[in-house]
Amino acid sequence: MLSSTADNLYWLARYMERADFLARAIEASRRLAALPKAYGGADSEWESVLLSSGASSAFEATGKPVNESNVIEFLTFSRDNPGSIRNCIEFARTNARAVRTALTVEMWEAINGAYLELKAMEARRGAYSSDELGRFLEFVKQTSLTYDGGAYRTMLRNDAYWFSRVGLFVERADNTARLLDVKYHVLLPEKELVGGSLDYFQWSAILRAVSAHTAYHWVYRTSMKPWLVADLLILRPEMPRSLISCYESIVRNLDNLARAHGRQGAAQRQARSTYGKLETLTMENVFQGGLHEFVQSFISENNKLGALISEQYLF
Amino acid sequence: MDLRVTQFDEMGGADGATRFPYQKLAQWLAGVPTELLASRREQAELLFRRIGITFAVYGAQEATERLIPFDILPRIIARSEWSALERGLVQRVTALNLFLKDIYGAGEILRAGKVPAELVYGNPGYCPEMAGRRVPHDVFVHIAGVDIVRTDDHGFYVLEDNARTPSGVSYMLENREVMMRLFPDLFAMHRVAPIEDYPDELLATLRSVAPPRAGHDPTIALMTPGQYNSAYYEHSFLADKLGVELVEGRDLFVKDDIVYMRTTEGPRRVDVIYRRIDDDFLDPLTFRPDSALGVAGLMGAYHAGNVTLANAVGTGVADDKAMYTYMPDIIRFYLGEEPLLQNVPTWRCREPESLRYVLDHLDELVVKEVNGSGGYGMLVGPHASKAQIEEFRAKLKANPDNFIAQPTLALSTCPISVAQGIAPRHVDLRPFVLQGAHGVRVVPGGLTRVAMTEKSLVVNSSQGGGTKDTWVIDDAIMGAA
Repeated sequence: MLSSTADNLYWLARYMERADFLARAIEASRRLAALPKAYGGADSEWESVLLSSGASSAFEATGKPVNESNVIEFLTFSRDNPGSIRNCIEFARTNARAVRTALTVEMWEAINGAYLELKAMEARRGAYSSDELGRFLEFVKQTSLTYDGGAYRTMLRNDAYWFSRVGLFVERADNTARLLDVKYHVLLPEKELVGGSLDYFQWSAILRAVSAHTAYHWVYRTSMKPWLVADLLILRPEMPRSLISCYESIVRNLDNLARAHGRQGAAQRQARSTYGKLETLTMENVFQGGLHEFVQSFISENNKLGALISEQYLF
Repeated sequence: MDLRVTQFDEMGGADGATRFPYQKLAQWLAGVPTELLASRREQAELLFRRIGITFAVYGAQEATERLIPFDILPRIIARSEWSALERGLVQRVTALNLFLKDIYGAGEILRAGKVPAELVYGNPGYCPEMAGRRVPHDVFVHIAGVDIVRTDDHGFYVLEDNARTPSGVSYMLENREVMMRLFPDLFAMHRVAPIEDYPDELLATLRSVAPPRAGHDPTIALMTPGQYNSAYYEHSFLADKLGVELVEGRDLFVKDDIVYMRTTEGPRRVDVIYRRIDDDFLDPLTFRPDSALGVAGLMGAYHAGNVTLANAVGTGVADDKAMYTYMPDIIRFYLGEEPLLQNVPTWRCREPESLRYVLDHLDELVVKEVNGSGGYGMLVGPHASKAQIEEFRAKLKANPDNFIAQPTLALSTCPISVAQGIAPRHVDLRPFVLQGAHGVRVVPGGLTRVAMTEKSLVVNSSQGGGTKDTWVIDDAIMGAA
């Protein structure tokens, strides 16, 4: 496969996944921000979503105050934010156009249809009502579902598929890690107890954001405990967005590529090493070192994998 | 030959009686409610938009990707008419190819005085780099798009030869797909010749001209300037149908006169490049040094015989509108046959007598720049203002060699479906002609272009023209009521 095609497929998958994540992160923040003051809402939700999506310095550059409407605008439709949902979908579509020959009709129609709808929404939108925002976020999640489903059901299982999957899971691992960090950035007021009602609502909002609320109860059959939420999103192989599950997929898809190409490389070694670490990790280790610190180091290791993939496959 | 006859409609004829190829369609239309046509029009638009069949327009803000308007009524050509057209196309493209081989080789036609040498050597499409070079199997024009018009019942005229990189074949194929989805009943009624094998034919053509050392399974790639090119959709569509890689210049590199693609498994040798970028941009070492679209060293690999380019470099000289006027002589010279397809009568402004005539009749004629394309740089006399005519008169006098003139043709019309029902619009036709090591082939059909506005003669997609599906149907089917 052309290196440029692999590159485009990889980034296409990442942009689609990122748009989905942003929609989910915004939903989580809305849920947190909607908590009654009686529960001690801390007003840091909008700061936190910027931090966790990696957009805070870009936002600072706009000079605007951090509040709900500014942050939502910045993350959804802003053209100034290279990582806004709007731009993610447009970049994804640009990549898709460049590699149309490698996509199935279903995938192309999903992404092209979404792009056209997005342009229409952009043209007719005024100030966002809460309902409209809800519908928009739903549209973004649907788009990602349709696209991903199309890929899963219609693509030949060859290098085009494997590069797409690697892109998707590298991005998803990054996103899950960032989502865990939302909780770190949403400061619990000092008088609040860890495990108190505010803490409970915050964790539960995060779980809902990744549609894992029900899964939590199936797996643990107990009330919300921070370390169990972290356990679910980091170490549970049966949870499809957990870091370990993402890495299991990354390793498998990189191995498929290695088999097809007849050679292993630095990317495979890096992925396997991260996967190995996750396999032997316990939640005790994580909380001893600090969840935030763990997340930060995971994100940088994951970035390193991304760089090694580009290098090995000549993107 | 009088080309300024009363308007000829391909369905209604000159007298309003339905012509034979359209009889079944006319019957069907008589029984069809207008709402059905309207709903099919909407469906068609939706399909095109969803599939993303777009056309990029340079310089047009906000409309950088536009849908080409599509008309849902087929244009129908009887097999007997088509066969005559096909023979003419094969003859013409065969001669075009011999001409190119000759002018880059022995130059016999120039020595025989049939075509003025300065017209060849002074032509911007002439490529000195190719002088004295042979190309694999002596095929220069692998893919040609010959623009055809008709003005009456008696046949077809060639308006223009496109021997560089003619586009539009994806619309021919997609139009058929969409029509088959929208009107299965109409297909059941007519026996329409299939065109779906065009990509297979194209692939076979490209394979047949691979350098000998490529063996039985040559690696073929389609080269595009990238997704901002107006025909990018077509490039990716064709690469997909052919099952070959779609490459840009940056995906290729040349080492030791061999062309490679950069792949995830390392470099891979390329044998044939169906290039959809112009000569000038192919190789910054040979042509424009500022071009980032091409590949440094590509011409070296080409001359070393390690890669075949389709179409060959330098074919543009045959596209030229001044050269066009010599086509009948070119056919006679190389084939010893009379041309089967007529040229539109043309005045060469380089000849003083013709120039005098053209200057005296500017308000009746269409004047074109010899190297213009896409409907730009032309004067349509009957529709021009006095000022425009005077402006062109000055241009003509300053540089007569640069212009030809033709009568304003009474282009035939075909019915299209509009909100009020059915209305006639002017059309032309671009069939696609393939030439490989084993001969010349034409798939039965082509791209019919339609001037969507009433009375307009401009069918170019860059100027708002639309397209419709073109059917070649068996004559036998028409007799049966």
